[in-house]
Amino acid sequence: MTVITITKTELSDGLAALRKGYKLFGPVAEKSSYTFRELEKDRDPDFSYQNTRLSPKGIVFPQSEDMFTYTLDSTREDAHFLKEAPKDYSPRVIFGIRPCDAKAVSLTRMNFDTRAYRDPYWMGLFEATTFVGMACDTPCQTCFCTTAGCGPYHEEGLDVLISDRGDHYLAKPLSEKGRQLLAVAGWLKPAEADFDKNKAAAEAKIGSSVATDRLASADTLALYGADFWEDISFACINCGTCTFVCPTCWCFDIQDEVHGKTGKRARNWDSCMFPIFTIHTTGHNPRGTKLHRVRQRFMHKLKYFVDKYEAGIMCVGCGRCIRACPVNIDIRNVCGLMNSRAAENVCAEGK
Amino acid sequence: MGNPYLPYPVRIDDIVVESEDRNLKTFKFVFLNPGDEGKFAYRAGQFAELSIAGKGEIPIGIASSPVEKGFIKFTVNKAGLVTSHLHQMKVGDIMGIRGPLGNAYPWETLEGKNILIVGGGFAFTTLRSSIIFLLDPANRPKYNKITVIYGARSPGMLLYKDELIEWEKRDDIDMHITVDGTNDSDWKYNVGFVPPITEQKAPHGDADSYAIVCGPPIMIKFTQPVLEKLGYDHDHIILSLENRMKCGIGICGRCNIGRELVCKDGPVFTLTQINQTPREY
Repeated sequence: MTVITITKTELSDGLAALRKGYKLFGPVAEKSSYTFRELEKDRDPDFSYQNTRLSPKGIVFPQSEDMFTYTLDSTREDAHFLKEAPKDYSPRVIFGIRPCDAKAVSLTRMNFDTRAYRDPYWMGLFEATTFVGMACDTPCQTCFCTTAGCGPYHEEGLDVLISDRGDHYLAKPLSEKGRQLLAVAGWLKPAEADFDKNKAAAEAKIGSSVATDRLASADTLALYGADFWEDISFACINCGTCTFVCPTCWCFDIQDEVHGKTGKRARNWDSCMFPIFTIHTTGHNPRGTKLHRVRQRFMHKLKYFVDKYEAGIMCVGCGRCIRACPVNIDIRNVCGLMNSRAAENVCAEGK
Repeated sequence: MGNPYLPYPVRIDDIVVESEDRNLKTFKFVFLNPGDEGKFAYRAGQFAELSIAGKGEIPIGIASSPVEKGFIKFTVNKAGLVTSHLHQMKVGDIMGIRGPLGNAYPWETLEGKNILIVGGGFAFTTLRSSIIFLLDPANRPKYNKITVIYGARSPGMLLYKDELIEWEKRDDIDMHITVDGTNDSDWKYNVGFVPPITEQKAPHGDADSYAIVCGPPIMIKFTQPVLEKLGYDHDHIILSLENRMKCGIGICGRCNIGRELVCKDGPVFTLTQINQTPREY
């Protein structure tokens, strides 16, 4: 695989060239944190971030997205008929996505792109997007990607991976989409360099970990009925922040909104932390307590997903939920409890 | 693959008030586009999203039967935002239907078997679809003995009364209609809750017998031990579940019981399957 070298000046020139063929999204400093924004002319990505506060999942899966529009004006022939909302699926690039967030997009795809159904909105944006990753040489204290099936130089879900070498960048094309983007940007200078030179050092900086080896073999109902959920959920205020910052959380609501005689059907991010997520019209709620809801979030990520897809846990170790949680609920601890409880089951059954 | 969120446009062709409290109405819909009925090919036990512009969508079991052509029917309880609006709509109004969704009752597995159908209240809709399907001359010979136990609070709350009376007269289906209570001295059917009537009237279970149960949670709870006592294995007890849904196609994430999605992997599950999941329904 050819490695491309890019000087810092060439990077800026290349981004200008990319803007002609792509919408360009990248990390920028905003107030006290970083976030992904569409970068207008003359605004370059700011690579001084460790990671952004929100993942860039909203570029492929907007927080609020129109699905259909309609008129309720009965004098019109098309009254009450749903029409597809206008969509823009022109090419776009997420420049500087971290490998963990790119892997999260791959995990999320398993939900939106199935044998039975293909979500046209998610797939439309996904297919329009080229993912250019920025390898992570200075991880956060809360990162645990290397034990969550990912890593600071992980390539899954990326079209290009870039490594910052101080005075220049190295770029590794990983797909045809990625090669095309490099050509459009004019980044074509091959380099005789070891792309992965800093990989081992970066991985060594990841200071925390999770054990997940026994989750798959654990008994679902034993984990569900475990006594630790009361303790884990005790402090939770069901604010839903963990689900909003999570790059792999994909749940959404569908709502109709009407203004005058025109209306739209839109979908919005939703959260399993909220009681109305599951409440029936009768008032009965199958996940009526916060214990139910906290358990659902962790069981989904660390057990149901593991069993359903056999592709590891539904977590990439970005650590956002740990940093954002107002009451310090830590998925690393929960995963540890679940994994060790799974081990106890095995012992108890004498296997 | 088209957009699975886009409903087929339909027109309300007929509305029948089913119950004495007027809270249950059966809506008959016809498809506005000629090809759509063919695309909506369904099996008994499936559901669909009824879609009203400006209000939203609601998942409802299909009450018409695959052997009935030219229309589809849903019996809807007036309860929330969408269903309350639907109850105010009139014949000729335009709305949408998205589906068919979910799995169906396992009709291939049930071939050659005895089928016990236990239903309660307004959950009888997909059971009506099933009975019409089973009694169709092309299908009836494929199935063995059919027994139906159906209960409602009072005679006036029973759905599809004309059809119930027709089925009572037939000798190829064993009907046991019951009500929780009644003052009607002319009531000639059973009085009592569904579980004890099941215990009295239902045939014993064996390797060639299956029970399909659809009703309110309290009925299901007390019917289960009766079926066990009668000898029905857990994998011969078939239940249809409900949960809050939005997408109906297994994507939006709210209706799961463990790893199973009620909308896509269900709504029909065997008791064996349900026993392996957290009962979050």
